Amino acid sequence: MIAADLAPLAVVLPFLGAAVTFILIRHAHAQRAVSISVLGVTLLIEVLMLVNAPSTGTHAVRLGGWEPPFGIVLVVDQFSALMLVISSAVSLAVLIYASGQGVADGDEDGPVSIFHPTYLILVAGVSNAFLTGDLFNLYVGFEILLTASYVLMTLGGTAPRIRAGVTYVVVSVVSSMLFLIAIGMIYGATGTINMADLAVKLEDVDPATQLVLHLMLLVAFGIKAAVFPLSFWLPDSYPTAPAPVTAVFAGLLTKVGVYAMVRVETLLFPGDRINSLLMVVALLTMIVGILGALAQSDIKRLLSFTLVSHIGYMVFGLAISTRVGLGAAVYYVAHHITVQTSLFLVTGLIERRGGTANVDRLGGLAKLSPLLGVLFFVPAMNLAGIPPFSGFLGKLGLIQAGVDLGTPLTYVLVAASVVTSLLTLLVMARVWNRAFWRSTEDVADPDPILLASKADGSSIGTSRHVTGEDTGRFAGKNPVTLLPRTMTGPTIGLVGLGLALTFLAGPLFTLSDGAAQEMLDRTPYIEAVLGEGADR
Amino acid sequence: MTVNITLIVLMAAFFAAGIYLLLERSLTRVLLGLILMGNGANILILAMSGGSGRAPLYVSGTPAEEYTDSLPQALILTAIVITFAVTAFVLGIIYRSWVLGREDEVQDDPEDHRVRTDRGAYDHEDDAELAADTSDFLEQDDVVNSGSTAVRGTGL
Repeated sequence: MIAADLAPLAVVLPFLGAAVTFILIRHAHAQRAVSISVLGVTLLIEVLMLVNAPSTGTHAVRLGGWEPPFGIVLVVDQFSALMLVISSAVSLAVLIYASGQGVADGDEDGPVSIFHPTYLILVAGVSNAFLTGDLFNLYVGFEILLTASYVLMTLGGTAPRIRAGVTYVVVSVVSSMLFLIAIGMIYGATGTINMADLAVKLEDVDPATQLVLHLMLLVAFGIKAAVFPLSFWLPDSYPTAPAPVTAVFAGLLTKVGVYAMVRVETLLFPGDRINSLLMVVALLTMIVGILGALAQSDIKRLLSFTLVSHIGYMVFGLAISTRVGLGAAVYYVAHHITVQTSLFLVTGLIERRGGTANVDRLGGLAKLSPLLGVLFFVPAMNLAGIPPFSGFLGKLGLIQAGVDLGTPLTYVLVAASVVTSLLTLLVMARVWNRAFWRSTEDVADPDPILLASKADGSSIGTSRHVTGEDTGRFAGKNPVTLLPRTMTGPTIGLVGLGLALTFLAGPLFTLSDGAAQEMLDRTPYIEAVLGEGADR
Repeated sequence: MTVNITLIVLMAAFFAAGIYLLLERSLTRVLLGLILMGNGANILILAMSGGSGRAPLYVSGTPAEEYTDSLPQALILTAIVITFAVTAFVLGIIYRSWVLGREDEVQDDPEDHRVRTDRGAYDHEDDAELAADTSDFLEQDDVVNSGSTAVRGTGL
C-alpha cells in the first residue's frame, strides 16, 4: 500500500460530498461544513500523494481490477500530483470565500442552494482529468467539469449570464465534439484508447494520419485552454459569472486544457514536428491577449484577457519541449493557477467595497481599505513577473530555455514574452493608479457604496449605512458586511500561497524538473501502466 | 478494417446538416445542430469499430475475430448520455432566454459594442442599475440586479 494507491479518492470523495450536500440542500450550514471538510480531506490525501510522488515514481491504479490496456487506469506522476494539490488548494480557498460571501449576504433564508453540489462535481471532474490514463476517460472528466461549469456559469439565470452562458456552452460542446471525433479516429487507427498503449502503438501509424489525429486533439484542447485564435469565447463569458465562480474557472479550467495539451505533446505525439507552429500560436496568444487587456476598463474582463495572454507562456514552454522548458512550463502552470485565481477573488472584494469592477468608477481604494491594496498589489506584481515573485522565476525559466535552444523563432518569442510581461505591468499599473491611488473626488461616476464613510472619516463596514433604504446593490432585510473576514481570509491565504511558490521555488523547481524528465522519458509512464518491458 | 459505406454517408449527412444549423443565430437551431453533430460523432465511432460480428457474449470455441467489437458501443452509450444531459441543459437555457427576452436569438456582447464604438466605459442611461425582476426562481421581495453583480439569495 503506497500513497499513490489513494488516487481514486481524489475523484470519489468530491462526488460523495456532492451527493451528501445535495441531500442537505435545505441546510445551508450543514452544506458548507460538509463541502469544506470534504475538500480539506481531499487536499490532505493529495498532499500525501505529492510528497511521496518523487520517491515512488509513476504509479498506475487499475480501476475495477481490469488489466491495462482494457480497463481504465489512473496514473499518478509528479506532474499530475502537483496539479492535483494546487487545484485542490485553490478550489478549497474559493469554496471558503464563496461560503463566506453566502454567510455575509445572509443566504440562510434564501431559496435552495445548488452551488455546493455543483462545485464539488466540478472539482471531481478536474481531478479525474488530471489523473486519468485513458483517453475516453479524459473526455468523461472534461464533460463532468464542463457540465458543472455550465450550471455555475448561469447561476441565478439573469439576462447577462444567460447570454454569456450560451456562448460558453456552445463553444465547449463543439470542442468536446471535436475531442470525441478525434477519439473515434484514434480508435480506428490503433484499436486502443489507453494512453500508455497509444504511446506505443501510435508510432506505427502512418505519419500523415498521425499529424491529422495530433492536430485534431490539439484544436479540441486548444479551445478549452483558450489558445489564440481559439480564445475568443473566454473574455466574453467569464466576467459575467459570480466572482468566486470566475475565479475558479480562470484558475483551473483553462489549465486542464493546458495539462491535456502537455500530455498529448509529450506522451502521445513526442517529437518536434509541430513545435514551430506551437511557438507561433504561443506568440500570438501572448501579444493579442495582452493588447485586448489594454482596451478594457472592467477589471474582470481585463483579467480574462491577461489570462488568455499568459496561457501563451505555457504553450511557449511546451513548444520548447526541452527538459528546462517543460519544467518551467510546469512551474508556470502552478504559479498561474494560484495568482490568477487570487486576482479574481480580490476583484470580487473590490466589487463589494467599491460597488463596481469598472476602473473608471473606482478610486481611493488604497486609502479606504489598505488591506485590499496589499491583496491586489502582491498578485498583480506577481502576474507581471516582477522579481522576486514566482511569476518572475517562471518567466526566467522559460526565457532561459528559449535562449538555450537559440533558433531565431525562440529569440522572437523570448522578446515577445518580455514585452508581454511589461504590458501586463502597464495594465496592472493602470488599474492600480485608477482604482487605488487616485482620490475619490477625481472619479466621474462613483458608486454610492464607494463614497460612503462615517462622520469621523473612517470607512464603513456594512451596506446598511450607505443607503439606509432597501434599494440598490445590497438591497434586502439585513445590513451586508462589505469586507467580511470569511472572504478576506481565504483571499489572504491564496495570496500567501502565491508567495509560498516563491519561497519554495527550490524544491518546486526540483519537482517540476523531475516531472519534465519523467514526461520526456515516457518509459516510466508506459511501464507503470503496461508493466515492465512494454516499451519494446 | 472493413468500413460500412452506409454509416459513412449517414455520418457525413449528419455532420453537414449539424454544422449548417450550428451556424444559425436561433438557439433552437443551434441545439438541433449540436444533437445532429453528436449523433454524427457516435456513428463515426461505430464505423471505426470495424465490421459487424457475433454479439460479444462468450461462447466456447468461437474465434476472437468473429465477435463484434464491444468497446466502441460502450463509448457511444456514454457519449449518448452526455449529449442527453447537455441537450437538457441547453433546452433550459433556451426557455430561460425566452422568459427573459421573448426571443431565442444569440445576443451580441454589449462590451464588444462598447470597445468598438469607443464610448465611455460608463453611461448613465445605459448602465444605471435597474432592478429587473424577471426571475421565476426568486421570492417576490428579492431584487435581481441587471448587471454582472451577485444575485442575492442564490448562495452567491
